[in-house]
Amino acid sequence: MNNSKKSMLKHPLAFAITAAGLALSLSAGVQAAENGKFRIGIVTFLSGPAAGPFGEPSANAAKVLVEGLNKGQLPAPYDKLGINGAEIEVVIIDEAGGAAKQVEEFRNLVQRQKVDAVVGYISSGDCLAIAPVAEELGAMTVFYDCGTSQLFKEDKTPQYVFRTSLDAAVDNIGAARYLAKVRPDAQKVAGIQQNYAWGQDSWNDFTHSMEQLMPKAKVVESQMPKVFQGQYGAEISAISVKRPDIIHSSFWGGDMEALVLQANARGLLEDATAVLTCGESAIDRYKDQAPNGMIIGGRGPFGAFAPDNELNRWFKDKYVAAYKTAPTYPASKMAQAILGLKHAAENAKVESGKIPTPLQIATAFKGSTFESVSGTVQMARADGHQAMQGIAYGEYQYDPANKKGSVQNVIAFSGECVTPPDGTTALEWIKAGFPGAQCN
Amino acid sequence: MMSLFAVLIDGTIYASWLFLVAAGLTVIYGVMRILNMAHGSFYAIGAYTAASLVGWYFNNGIGPVWAGYLLMLGCALVAGLIVGLIIERGLLRFMYGRDEVLMVIITYALLLVLEDTMKMIWGVNPYFAYQPYAEMGRSALAGLKVSNYDLMLVGVSAVLGLCLWLWLERTHQGKVLRAVIHDREVAMAMGVNVRRMFTLVFVLGTMLGTLAGALTAPAISVVPGMGVEVIVLAFAVVVIGGMGSIEGAAVGALLVGLSRAAAVHYAPEFELFVIYGVMALVLAVRPQGLFGRVLARKI
Repeated sequence: MNNSKKSMLKHPLAFAITAAGLALSLSAGVQAAENGKFRIGIVTFLSGPAAGPFGEPSANAAKVLVEGLNKGQLPAPYDKLGINGAEIEVVIIDEAGGAAKQVEEFRNLVQRQKVDAVVGYISSGDCLAIAPVAEELGAMTVFYDCGTSQLFKEDKTPQYVFRTSLDAAVDNIGAARYLAKVRPDAQKVAGIQQNYAWGQDSWNDFTHSMEQLMPKAKVVESQMPKVFQGQYGAEISAISVKRPDIIHSSFWGGDMEALVLQANARGLLEDATAVLTCGESAIDRYKDQAPNGMIIGGRGPFGAFAPDNELNRWFKDKYVAAYKTAPTYPASKMAQAILGLKHAAENAKVESGKIPTPLQIATAFKGSTFESVSGTVQMARADGHQAMQGIAYGEYQYDPANKKGSVQNVIAFSGECVTPPDGTTALEWIKAGFPGAQCN
Repeated sequence: MMSLFAVLIDGTIYASWLFLVAAGLTVIYGVMRILNMAHGSFYAIGAYTAASLVGWYFNNGIGPVWAGYLLMLGCALVAGLIVGLIIERGLLRFMYGRDEVLMVIITYALLLVLEDTMKMIWGVNPYFAYQPYAEMGRSALAGLKVSNYDLMLVGVSAVLGLCLWLWLERTHQGKVLRAVIHDREVAMAMGVNVRRMFTLVFVLGTMLGTLAGALTAPAISVVPGMGVEVIVLAFAVVVIGGMGSIEGAAVGALLVGLSRAAAVHYAPEFELFVIYGVMALVLAVRPQGLFGRVLARKI
């Protein structure tokens, strides 16, 4: 070892050749990124508790969609090959590991792997950490799922950051509006949320919306167990003894499924109606363990709530053919983000087959309106960087013959009805009684 | 009044689950002085094995319901036996006599390896094998609806605790084990095959871990990372009761279970804090835990 070191130092030529070799191998990565393909960094959970319900459907959706785009199989207006005629190449990264790790991964994607755009992020903490870095690097970034209301409060003058998913406040305003229509007589409301920002904000938005829309309903119990706790016996008892009419929960993933199973087995869901804002994501797994009539949401017009348009039919068929299960809402949201990116890149007015710069894509994306698997999406909030869409809720129904769950009694609310306008926070808008809301 | 009754019921059910999870951990530490971080993975392996096999059994209508319960317990015990033997014979026996801190690091590494192995075998999608939980139905106790499966868990936990205690206190093998716990070197000098005892205890501890996971699986959605979540709770229970003590784990589980249930019913905002509050309080008064022995350091 020492000998080889010495000989290396003794022979400048050998050293120079080695250094040149190293430089060549490093630049190979860069060259691969500049091979005429449109490279997208996809970031979603591939490990940990969020991988099954959210990460895997999202990654699967990206694969199905990109394959279809590269073959030019999508219906119009997305029938152009790849993105602007350039083949799409995908780099999939695991979102697990926390915000600091994700910032590092993001820098790696942009600076070393030379991706043309990043689409990703489920965790609100990750979105908040990535946004300033994306602006600093001038990297085209589309958040496809995270729901934090803080995003464009902190990134006040966004340029490269876009979000094609809805603000989490929309979920809870929509849930309250649905209840006001289908259960206007409800008097007692209980809540059970995971004890972190997501659960606390959801409960806050929901209870304040209820105060406005159903002033007679009173909160009788609020439980905030630790995230991933899994056992909810005591919480179910504490809610049961208060005899609520409605139980609101923003639980997701395994926690949500465990809560439904345990609460249903103990009869709580027969005595009270559960409202699960993320309920759609497990629609194929509840089977007969969730009661008919349980109210579920899909965080927008996604998954089982997505409209029957040509684009969604194509997406559903391809997804089912590939994965033997229907796409749930995280899958629809991933498809929406990629379609938004394609729409913007192809409207950036560059020659066909060329890849537009991040600034050109961002300029075209800002304030755009595009078609998606969920219908028409307007980038109408946060100065054209935040999507505005309607939201729908419905009741779970299980068909024992087919062993399939579905949604019935669906009511959709328009984007203008549930989305806070720019210049005000969601909570201020709710407390003020939703001024300017246009509801159907 | 109703709430007080609910606290007792909920607290006891939660305590029984905690005891199941913590029993294997405390047995291994008591005899081998290994703070086994991989115990959470044993729990997860039991849960995944049971959920996948039980799910397959019920979804395909293979046989009678009672056989499904036997399958659930049997597969967990077999999984524990195999995993325990592989780890003890293949890794830990080469590490005996090392520093306790090093053993923590080794078992932590094992936890990471096992987490990825499970991901490789079962993937990341949740497993939902609810039939054993749902089939048992529910009972109304003074107006409170309780799952019969949860009540059964209390019984299983009590029987298991009693068996472990009787084995340690009333059998020849238990006496030998206690001798090893008391002084490993003297026991060895008296002709006890300590290495064989280590194998036996580690496999038993692993089987207790997988059994706890299998018994929990029907009531939850089995997801990646579930083993990491329970290990902190199990440590809290074992530390409160005194590391290495079966009766300590039982009392620790009851204390934590009842305190947590009381917090959930009367002061939900303290629910997260109460478990560690109890632990801090006990350690402030008895640093060795409620049933732990103060050991003189050998020089």
